[in-house]
Amino acid sequence: MKIIQEIGAYVMLMFQAFKRPDKGRVFRRQLMMDFQSLGTDSIGIIAILSLFFGAIIAIQMAYNIDSPFIPLKTIGFSTRQMMIVEFAPTIMSLILAGKVGSSIASEIGTMRVTEQIDALKVMGINPANYLILPKITASVLYNPVLIVFSIVLGIFGGWIAIMVTGLSSSVAYIEGLRSWYDPFTITYALIKTVVFAFIIASVSGFKGYTVKGGSVEVGKASTQAVVYSSILIIIFDLILTQMLLV
Amino acid sequence: MIEVKNISKSFAGQKVLNDISTVFDKGKTNLIIGQSGSGKTILMKCCIGLVDVDEGKIDFDKRCFSDLSEKKKRVTQKEMGVLFQGGALFDSFTVEDNVMFPLNMFTKMSQEEKNERVNFVLNRVNLINANHKFPSEISGGMTKRVAIARAIALNPKYLFCDEPNSGLDPKTAEVIDALISDLTEEFQMTTVVNTHDMNSVLQIGQKIAFLHKGDLWWEGDKEGILTTDNKELNDFVFSTELTRRIK
Repeated sequence: MKIIQEIGAYVMLMFQAFKRPDKGRVFRRQLMMDFQSLGTDSIGIIAILSLFFGAIIAIQMAYNIDSPFIPLKTIGFSTRQMMIVEFAPTIMSLILAGKVGSSIASEIGTMRVTEQIDALKVMGINPANYLILPKITASVLYNPVLIVFSIVLGIFGGWIAIMVTGLSSSVAYIEGLRSWYDPFTITYALIKTVVFAFIIASVSGFKGYTVKGGSVEVGKASTQAVVYSSILIIIFDLILTQMLLV
Repeated sequence: MIEVKNISKSFAGQKVLNDISTVFDKGKTNLIIGQSGSGKTILMKCCIGLVDVDEGKIDFDKRCFSDLSEKKKRVTQKEMGVLFQGGALFDSFTVEDNVMFPLNMFTKMSQEEKNERVNFVLNRVNLINANHKFPSEISGGMTKRVAIARAIALNPKYLFCDEPNSGLDPKTAEVIDALISDLTEEFQMTTVVNTHDMNSVLQIGQKIAFLHKGDLWWEGDKEGILTTDNKELNDFVFSTELTRRIK
């Protein structure tokens, strides 16, 4: 029963959030700030993790190729496929759910318990629209950029690992990257990223917006935002994979 | 003028406001006093539209407010200035940006005009050279003054102050009280102040409503409060040894 109430409250909040902003100029300024805080500030962690993920995938693939009948270009091919299809869109979104989701929930939650949201409301402003819509928009627009960046760096990380360890040659790795390429995998990755970005920003915004109490509840809301976003990301990963690839 | 007509409010079956009727006059500092839990914050939240009433209605200058939809309430809310207990300043904005916020949202003023208005209201609340500070860098008294400046930036018709003196030393509290009273007179606003600070009551209480366990127990002015024989009010006003001795 409580879950149904929460889903109802979430849908109602999204209806409030997806209204025309009170003032376009103010919305654009909020959006720019959210591009910075939710997108640009995440580039560092995405870059480091992607480089290492790519390197680890390449090394693990190389060690698992025992048979001489499997060509070495499989390493490049597998690294590319894994980065595009799963690691970049899903794992990076899970990491962003932790970083960005907790930040959104705690920011909005703190505004709730310190009456800043009430202050917005009595000024005649729609707080859900003012606070949540720019964050959803920024995430939905910026996360695909981050994920493409992650794919490129992951593949580059794999190449560096192969070069440093000498497990394969650069030529074989690059040949693998260029083999059996299906452009739809990029579309699939971007569709997943957009859906996951919406989940992260909207669920975290909802958990922050509906906080009741004090700082302890803000902490709990922040944790719940990460947990709920992560679970929903995995569920929607399965649904989208079934819908788009099978 | 704000008219509160027979309003009641319950939470989970427990009545917190019981058939309250009163009038808050224009150009006066109207005080709602009472012990913690007496319902004064809920009454104020009903007045500003943060809580819906179960029964009764609230009129702002003969315009019904409590029955309106959220969207229509916003029109009247734009005529209100509210000072929240903790100030409710936006943490990520400077003092100047906080005061400019309602101007950015609801006016078509040029940047120069907005700067001029911000400096005027900040001067009016005696805050000079604080424009570029963040809320975390200013004192409690300054926070309240910035919140008042933000509340009056749009020349509101109605000013609501929830416990404006909480957390302040007596001297700063007196400054804030005097400021609220002066601004009310100067801009002819209908001001409603929630307080349980007896210094405020005696200093600025032009009209006082005493709430007790959700009921409106007594109404009068600051002179009347000292001479009343209402037991509950006397227990509240003269609750300390010092005030009893003075009486």
